[in-house]
Amino acid sequence: MPVRTLSHLKKGESGVIKSFSDKVMSLKLLEMGCLPGCEVRLDAVAPFGDPICINVGGCYCLSLRLNEAATIVIE
Amino acid sequence: MKQENIKIALVGNPNAGKSTLFNVLTGLRQKTGNFPGVTVEKKSGTFHLKSSTGKTDGEVTLVDLPGTYSIYPKSADETVVMDILANPQHPDFPKVIIVVVDASNLQRNLLLFTEINDLGIPAVLALNMLDVATSMNLTVNAVQLAMQLKVPVVRINARTGEGVKNLMEAVTHTLEQKEKPALTYFYDPTEKEVQLIEEVKSIYHLDNDYVALQYVCQHDNFSFLEQPARTKLDRLIEKYDFDENNFLSTETIARYEKIKPIVSKAVKSEGMTEQPFWTRKLDGILLHHFWGYVTFAVVLLVIFQAIFAWATYPMDLIDAGTAATIEWVKGILPQGVLNDLITDGIMAGIGGIIIFIPQIAILFALVSILEESGYMARVMVIMDKLMRKFGLNGRSVVPLISGVACAVPAIMTTRSISSRYERLLTILVTPLMSCSARLPIFAILIALVVPSTKVFGILNMQGLVLMGLYLMGLFGALFSAWLLSLFIPRKEPSYFMLEMPSYKLPRWGHVGFTMYESVKSFVLEAGKVIMSISIILWVLASYGPGDKMEKEAERVALENSQLTQDQINAAVASVRLENSYAGSFGRFIEPAIRPLGYDWKIGIALLASFAAREVFVGTMATIYSISGDTEDVLTVKERLVQERNPDTGGAMYTPAVCYSLLVFYVFAMMCMSTIAVVYRETHGWKWPLIQLAYLTVLAYVSAFAVYQLMS
Repeated sequence: MPVRTLSHLKKGESGVIKSFSDKVMSLKLLEMGCLPGCEVRLDAVAPFGDPICINVGGCYCLSLRLNEAATIVIE
Repeated sequence: MKQENIKIALVGNPNAGKSTLFNVLTGLRQKTGNFPGVTVEKKSGTFHLKSSTGKTDGEVTLVDLPGTYSIYPKSADETVVMDILANPQHPDFPKVIIVVVDASNLQRNLLLFTEINDLGIPAVLALNMLDVATSMNLTVNAVQLAMQLKVPVVRINARTGEGVKNLMEAVTHTLEQKEKPALTYFYDPTEKEVQLIEEVKSIYHLDNDYVALQYVCQHDNFSFLEQPARTKLDRLIEKYDFDENNFLSTETIARYEKIKPIVSKAVKSEGMTEQPFWTRKLDGILLHHFWGYVTFAVVLLVIFQAIFAWATYPMDLIDAGTAATIEWVKGILPQGVLNDLITDGIMAGIGGIIIFIPQIAILFALVSILEESGYMARVMVIMDKLMRKFGLNGRSVVPLISGVACAVPAIMTTRSISSRYERLLTILVTPLMSCSARLPIFAILIALVVPSTKVFGILNMQGLVLMGLYLMGLFGALFSAWLLSLFIPRKEPSYFMLEMPSYKLPRWGHVGFTMYESVKSFVLEAGKVIMSISIILWVLASYGPGDKMEKEAERVALENSQLTQDQINAAVASVRLENSYAGSFGRFIEPAIRPLGYDWKIGIALLASFAAREVFVGTMATIYSISGDTEDVLTVKERLVQERNPDTGGAMYTPAVCYSLLVFYVFAMMCMSTIAVVYRETHGWKWPLIQLAYLTVLAYVSAFAVYQLMS
């Protein structure tokens, strides 16, 4: 089964961050508060499907591009 | 506390309320400048601090550092934070740091706090946004937090000013502490890299392990380290085989491990935490694939209507007031050269500046409301994918929108774009956005050729044409970015990660402050340039080479002796201007601008406005008040209407000439300050010169096409 990432979520769907597949990106995401074990929910999708807005741990809203979201492995 | 000037720094995440607190503390006692050694805008201000004994201890300087999520910079803007904090010799090195944190997102905000703490500079934690936390059913125990973090924690509300007094007391108390309390590291880097850190500490005489680590990780960003020092650190990294990325991930995760139990003890959560209801509802519309763009378009349309329709009334008043004042001064001063210099040179120039105060005030107020409310972040999101197609980034929207105010601060805001490539492209195309200095030119030319009729009952035709010009600039910018992106190779990947603030009502005081500041800087900064150029022009237009001016004037007076005195005067004045220095200069370049439909008088204005566009209207005022009859004072617009084309006998300012001029000014890069700021931001002459060249070609070719098609 292929790895499920944040970019696979549908609007309103949630997942828990498991790991990151890109080293440089993971540091940026960690500093923005996306930690392993944190629950994320896809809240909004920009026109043309990219970027997306996710709710991080019920705390705040983060927008990021699809290819960035694809580096976040969820379960 | 001694009488010396004490520096206090403000740090915090973006959107944590840092700038609001800064404004509350310093009020109107702030100034902007540049950090020494680096090209990042510096906001600093002063405020009074009272010691605990009750007597005033004088002024303290507060330095507002760029908002950042960690001390590891992600953009040019953020590098300044560590450049100051790692260098005790820096003139802005703070005695105390106020860390502003968002109580509704404590975990992430504390990451930065723990890093600051480990640098060993005394800190005070300002707990802000408690109202947002409450609305998310979170209660934060400040006492518990203070005990665990071992620093003073003060609950504040930066928007209302609540708790600010307590915060000041905590700062005073920290300043007055004789001995520094022993530092407890939240993360001790010597756990992993003890030898490397010991070696760095001994070479650079540092006593803090974490600062030593920053020398290793960030030395390329430190302006206070010379090249040999940087090379030495590079060698040390190699010697100890230090993997920076790995280390930083480990550090960040370790910090969160420390923060988690602290937050769970201090924050009680009751039930589900959510974004505020209105934020979710509004995002449903404003990020919608159809309504999102509709709203954005409406917002832009409102801005342009406001600039044109609402500003007309105060502008007419100022216009009439200036004309009356000039006439009055002309009357009371004795006739002569001094009178002419003051009225035709200086006062005509000033009149050309102050008339645009209402438009600039409205524009800046509206842009500031958009930023304050949180809408600007949504605009970045809906524009990101589109901007990417042109080689730009969603964040490029902010410089582009700010560009309608002034390209200089707009180019400075590009420092929040982390990719150097996207930043460069944005810098190169931002001057195409029609800045407020173009407004005077647009306003006067539109008023000449576009009737002020209503369209669809509510829209004003002149406002629509103005919007068209702005759109032309926007599309010019996007197209140029795309074209340039084909020639400039991209070296690094682009990324876009942006926190979406919840919607807030703008703080009207802050909006008013921005408005005041921008009008002030426009009048003073632009005023200086315009004024000096007005005077130079007046001299150049009043005197000529040899005695040609006098001879020609006599000849014309004799030839036209059958006319009335007024008509003779007008003819003489006109021929005098033609033979003056300025006139000869205009004549000299006339062949180059003839294909665009311009005569030598427009040529003079065109050349003068190379320094700054706003000079154009002032120059027109000077030229036409010199060449026309001086008996009655007309406003610039009326003079332009009356101006005749000597070849055709019809109006000089035909629609073809006006539209050609409008298009020329949409594209031309006529602004010394922009060239200077691009030079500074790109560290060299290469990019400003390329920019000047392509924009001049673009302006000339488009103006030529417009004139030839319309005449």
